[in-house]
Amino acid sequence: MAAQFTLKDLKRILREAAGEDESVDLDGDILSSGFEELGYESLALLEAGSRIEREYGIKLDDETLSEAVTPEALIKVVNDRLAASI
Amino acid sequence: MSTSTVVTGLGVAAPNGLGTQDFWTATLNGKSGLGRIRSFTPDSYPARLAGEIDGFDAKEHLPSRLIPQTDRMTRLALVAADWALTDSGVVPDEMPAFDMGVITASSSGGFEFGQNELRKLWNLGSEHVSAYQSFAWFYAVNSGQISIRNGMKGPSGVMVSDQAGGLDAVAQARRQIRKGTNLVVTGSIDASICPWGWVAQLASGRLSTAEDAETAYLPFDRRSGGHVPGEGGAILVTESAESARERGARTYGEVAGYAATFDPRPGSGREPGLRRAMEFALADAGMTAGDVDVVFADAAAIPELDRIEAEAINAVFGRESVPVTAPKTMTGRLYSGAAPLDLATAFLSMKQGVVPPTVNVNADPGHGLDLVGPEPRTMPVRSAMVVARGHAGFNSVMVVRSAES
Repeated sequence: MAAQFTLKDLKRILREAAGEDESVDLDGDILSSGFEELGYESLALLEAGSRIEREYGIKLDDETLSEAVTPEALIKVVNDRLAASI
Repeated sequence: MSTSTVVTGLGVAAPNGLGTQDFWTATLNGKSGLGRIRSFTPDSYPARLAGEIDGFDAKEHLPSRLIPQTDRMTRLALVAADWALTDSGVVPDEMPAFDMGVITASSSGGFEFGQNELRKLWNLGSEHVSAYQSFAWFYAVNSGQISIRNGMKGPSGVMVSDQAGGLDAVAQARRQIRKGTNLVVTGSIDASICPWGWVAQLASGRLSTAEDAETAYLPFDRRSGGHVPGEGGAILVTESAESARERGARTYGEVAGYAATFDPRPGSGREPGLRRAMEFALADAGMTAGDVDVVFADAAAIPELDRIEAEAINAVFGRESVPVTAPKTMTGRLYSGAAPLDLATAFLSMKQGVVPPTVNVNADPGHGLDLVGPEPRTMPVRSAMVVARGHAGFNSVMVVRSAES
C-alpha cells in the first residue's frame, strides 16, 4: 500500500518551505481555504510542491499545482499520484 | 526651486554595534568589530579577518514567512528598515502607497543563500534548488522585500556600483523626492561573508592578509596593506522637507549635495575623478570647502588609493585644513553599506557635537591630512562630506548638513 499524504504532512511541508503567516492559524479548519488566503503565493506553492515531489518520489507539474488551490485539492492530487505510482 | 531632501530616520546594523545606539556608543569608545571569521572556517583562505555582526537572530525580528526566502543581507536590511521607519515616526500603513519608494544599493547580492542553492544543484540536482533562489540572490531583492513588507509602491530600484553605490542610492532617492515622491527608504546593507562571497572578494586583490585585527586595516598609514571586509550598513528614511514638516517630524539633517565621477582609463596619466566629485558635490550643495566641518574618508588602505584620496582632499580643502575620519576602521569596509553608515554617523556627529575616531592608524605625515586619532574629537559639526569609491573607477561624494544650519 502506498504512503498516504495527509493534512499534517502538508502543514509540515508548508512550514518548512515557506513559513507561516502570523495572521493565519494553520492548525484551524483550513482544508477548503484558498492557499492565497492562507498567505501562500505561487512561489511558496512551487517550493512546497518541489519538496513534496522529493519526499514522496512523485511528479507534480506546474499546471497541477496551480489548479490545486486549496489544501484539500492538493492532498487529493498527491494521493492520486501516489496510488498511480504503485 | 526644488524641494530639499531631509533624513528623518536611521537604522544601523554594524559589526561593532547592532542598532543605532549600540553602534554609536561602540564607535565613540573606539570599539572594533573586526576579528577572525566565525561564520565559516577561514583557515584555507589567504584573508581570515572580517567585521561580522554578532547576535543577530532574524527569527526574533521577522515573520517566519520571510525566513526561507531571504539571504542574511536581506534580513538585516528588513530589520534596519523597520528600525529606521520607527525612528522616523512614519507609519507606512497611514501613507499613500505610491508616495513611498525604496531605493537601496547592493554590491554582490545574496551570496550565502546563492551558495547554499548552488551546492544543492551540484550535489543533489536541480529539483533540490529552492524556488526562492529566483530572487533571493538578486541585487534588487532588499529594495523589493522592504517595499513588500511596508506596502511601498512608489519609485523604487537598486544601485550597483560597489562601495560608491551607497551614496548613489541616496542620490537617486533625492532625485525621486525632487520629482514629487514624499518619502524614499534608502541606504544599503551588504553582507557576503561566506566562502563563495569571500573568494569573489579575494579576486579584488585588496583584502588584508594580516592575522592581527588591530593592524589589519590601516588606511593612510605607511603600513597599509589592504582592507578588512565587513557586513552591515544603514537604512535611512529620506523625505521632502515639506512632507517632514507637515507631519512634525524630527529631522537629522539634509542631503545637501552630491556628485559622481568616473576615473579615466588606467595608464592614461589623467587625474583621477575624485577631486572633481568633491568639487561638484560642494557646488551642488551651494557650499565651499570652508563650510565643511569633517570628511568621512573612503579609506581604501591601498597605498596608491590612499594617496589619491589624500591628494583630492588637499586639493579641495588645503593640507591639514579639515578634520578627516574613518570610523570604518572599526567595522571594515562594508561595500555598498559603508557610505550610508557614514551618513548616519555624520548625522549623529552633528547631533552630539563629536567626530568619531579613526582607530589603530598612525597617519603617514606625507599625506598631509588632519586625521582624527584614536579618541573622538569634540567640536561643532554642522556639515560633513562622505566619500565612497567603488572598484574600477566609481567616485561618489555626498555633502550633508544639520537641520539647524
